Amino acid sequence: MLQPPIPSGSCTDASRLVRVLKLELRGITKRFGSLLANDHIDVVVEPGQIHCLLGENGAGKSTLMNVLYGLYEPSEGEILIDDKPVSFRGPGDAMAAGIGMVHQHFMLVPVFTVAENVALGAETTKAGGFLNLEDTRRKIKQISDRYGFDVDPDALVEDLPVGVQQRVEIIKALVRDARVLILDEPTAVLTPQETDELLDIMRQLKSSGTSIVFISHKLREVKAVSDTITVIRRGKVVGSASPGDSTAELASMMVGRAVSLTLDKAPASPKEKTFQVKDLTVIAPNGQHTVDGISFDIARGEILAVAGVQGNGQTELTEAILGLQDRVQGSILLDNVELVGRSVKDVLNAGVGFVPEDRSVDGLIGTFSIAENLILDRYDQPPFAKGISMSPAKVLENAKSRIDEFDVRTPSGLLAAGTLSGGNQQKVVMARELSRPLRLFIASQPTRGVDVGSIEFLHKRIVSERDQGTPVMIISTELDEVMELADRIAVLYKGKLVGIVPAGTGRDVLGLMMAGISAEDAASADHAGPVKADTPATETPPADTKDAATAERRAASSPEGGDHV
Amino acid sequence: MSEKHPPKHADQHPKPHQPTPAADETAAGVAVDTAGGTISPSALPASAQSGKLPGGPDTLLRKIFTGSGMVSVLAVLLALVIGGLLIAATDERVGATSSYIFARPTDFLSAVWDAATRSYVALFQGSVFNPRGSSLAARFAPMMETLTIATPLITAGLGVALAFRAGLFNIGAQGQIIMAGILAAWVGFALHLPLGLHLLLVLVAGIMGGALWGGLVGLLKARTGAHEVIVTIMFNYIALYFLRYLLNTPAFQRPGESNPISPILDPTAIYPQIFGSQYRLHLGFVLAIAATVLVWWLLNRSTVGFEFRAVGANPKASLTAGINVSRSTILVMAIAGALAGMSGVAQVAGTEKVLTDGVAATYGFDAITVALLGRSTPWGTFAAGLLFGAFRAGAVQMQIQTGTPIDIVLVVQSLIVLFIAAPPLVRAVFGLNPRRKKPAKAGKSQQAATTGGAA
Repeated sequence: MLQPPIPSGSCTDASRLVRVLKLELRGITKRFGSLLANDHIDVVVEPGQIHCLLGENGAGKSTLMNVLYGLYEPSEGEILIDDKPVSFRGPGDAMAAGIGMVHQHFMLVPVFTVAENVALGAETTKAGGFLNLEDTRRKIKQISDRYGFDVDPDALVEDLPVGVQQRVEIIKALVRDARVLILDEPTAVLTPQETDELLDIMRQLKSSGTSIVFISHKLREVKAVSDTITVIRRGKVVGSASPGDSTAELASMMVGRAVSLTLDKAPASPKEKTFQVKDLTVIAPNGQHTVDGISFDIARGEILAVAGVQGNGQTELTEAILGLQDRVQGSILLDNVELVGRSVKDVLNAGVGFVPEDRSVDGLIGTFSIAENLILDRYDQPPFAKGISMSPAKVLENAKSRIDEFDVRTPSGLLAAGTLSGGNQQKVVMARELSRPLRLFIASQPTRGVDVGSIEFLHKRIVSERDQGTPVMIISTELDEVMELADRIAVLYKGKLVGIVPAGTGRDVLGLMMAGISAEDAASADHAGPVKADTPATETPPADTKDAATAERRAASSPEGGDHV
Repeated sequence: MSEKHPPKHADQHPKPHQPTPAADETAAGVAVDTAGGTISPSALPASAQSGKLPGGPDTLLRKIFTGSGMVSVLAVLLALVIGGLLIAATDERVGATSSYIFARPTDFLSAVWDAATRSYVALFQGSVFNPRGSSLAARFAPMMETLTIATPLITAGLGVALAFRAGLFNIGAQGQIIMAGILAAWVGFALHLPLGLHLLLVLVAGIMGGALWGGLVGLLKARTGAHEVIVTIMFNYIALYFLRYLLNTPAFQRPGESNPISPILDPTAIYPQIFGSQYRLHLGFVLAIAATVLVWWLLNRSTVGFEFRAVGANPKASLTAGINVSRSTILVMAIAGALAGMSGVAQVAGTEKVLTDGVAATYGFDAITVALLGRSTPWGTFAAGLLFGAFRAGAVQMQIQTGTPIDIVLVVQSLIVLFIAAPPLVRAVFGLNPRRKKPAKAGKSQQAATTGGAA
């Protein structure tokens, strides 16, 4: 394993003896060419604390952590461990100094067992150079038992759920005596349940003396576990906050201006039902029914939001409507025209606007210019093309007006779409889909990975599309988004429709429905108190859960809930 | 990308001692769930953050920024330098002077310089301009020869480049040239038609032959998912052995000849020579220019090309945008085959005037290199075709004048490919891009470190 000498100040031995470790970043500056990713950042991580770095994506949090982890060399500034300056030439140095990092995208070999993955890079050997996995297995057991990780050292990593894979990453760091654990957006890949388990693990680690640097932009989690919050914006520290501060305060610190967390939305005035889905079943290549006998309809001027934990058939449902699924049974009627069996182009030309859930994979061509992406599904139609001859001038003209209308922040429509930030990319997709007369608008995860300001804007556009009399279907795994936008809420569980409930339905009822419990049962369970082991409901919220104050109270109440462990 | 676990995991961890309600868990604040600095310009370029943008360089701007054309030029330069050193290494005088290199190093160095420059001067004189020619025509003869040899390289290269832009690696130019050659030659010697019409028919037959042979690959790929690399390689063999078989049948073999060679094409079926009979340069070169213009227009100004590029850069997004990916695949392979087919026609109706089993020489394979060097852009491919044509034309003269083996040109060609495949190497050699190097390096070490057991 990498064990190069640490040039200035050998803190290695000291930090191993002293179980706790104080980490300080002083005046860290990192430039990429003319780009200032970190601008004189000062952060002190006190021993045994959970220190949160809060900031939007692109604020420079990950760059800072990569500097700390020895992946980048800082342009200026120094890292101090227990008040001694150190410099890291690579992750090996950082690890030797007691810093461990869990990346957002795991660095595990899928076909290796947990033990092999943990041993990788620091393999202990028996006499003769044979691999000694027994040792690693024992260590994993120890750590696993101590923190209740429930990880089998001999399981193949590829067979493990994401949440468990993340624990393997944490074990990897702990086996190497990490005293400071960096968690880079650890909850982005987790379900709500897994997220709460992780937060518990973080509290346990803290109580056993490990400091944690927690990188996130999700305020609920940040408020739930942090001891100290440092807010970073545009590469600078804009201030510290305490977990007791209100959600709105933290959000405005992070964004740099006051943000409205609620949406002004006029009541829906549903007209005739022009979109009907009847007994829709989608069969996956493996024979599984990913969408199982779903029926619903959407009226003009109404938003139907589809809620559910990711992977419960939402993707297949939208793909079936768009004509991207091969084995579809049942019927999809738009303006009394059957869409099942039609090509994607036919469906789009029938007036369906579609915002796919993963814009970088399905929605945009990263290497194409913004202008080209803005006509991706109309490149062969006038005015952009006559016959097969395209008009670049018209394409650019269109781009200019769309960029203005949707406030896409870019110097030019000729830039590659992949260079835009997530929010701006999403605006490009949205601009493309909303810039023609629609008979149905489907948006899947319309604001995933999008910053606050853009969310506000995108939500308003969705509502205004509804107000123009278009049936709108929103698919979102974020319950807040569903509740904010929906006129009616459909809940999917394992490909089946659990039920369709009106907009005012409580958060807890929806949560239970997302676990597969029918609307009636969920409502009664909700009133009866915590009866279900896996989805306990401890509080009955007031009907108006959109209220920011309520949300804040809930967020604040989470830590208490977690302390029981 | 995130949260892609199957539903079973969502409810797999019931922890009874955990009183946080599920409903609350799902209520993570979407309203403040942020990413991507739209409000502020992102502190890092998006590409630096995610680094997972599919596809290659496409927009004009990006091309200028990545400077990939520059890498091509530098790769050629570097290959020539190394080629020069190789030439020097085989030179007698260099060998002799190296024995007393420490006594008189200048002798050695000047010998190296002489050996390399003499060969390259000969290469230049054999490919571009020969100042010792007896007449003006003779002085320009090398250039005409270069253009003649470049003709099939350019059109076949365009075929490879076009397919490449649509995300297909077309190794099959060789087979497409052969099939085109067979059809064109047969129309050329078996039919006897009036001037003009005959040649037109020869051209159409050749293009159709290439298009069918290429389109078939596209069809197999689109309908059955067969990989185009495997299929095209096999199709090359099929085409070659089919040609050999045909050349032994009465229909194709020249009467009274036992060698596998076809009758000479009718004079009405031959490309006219552009500058008269003193040069071999024929109409095919003009058609190659026209093809380059056409491909440029197709890629950059037509809906068809838009589809090709979209499918090549991101097939999933193309599918979602309603582009018929299967149709695109078939069409692009057919057009690529047609372009390679033009090379076949240029060979039988222009340069060779007969059909032999060497009709395609190695043009089909060199075309891959040409497309690569030309960065799969139409004019880049054109320029690369000219360069390779010059190498081939000049190599003969170089061997005659200096005794440098022709094979050195092949070595230089191979080195070019090698350097193009390793742009960071070229940039490092020329000390370019120190600014961009760091983050890239860091990214790599990150991977190496973390997969190699760090973290």
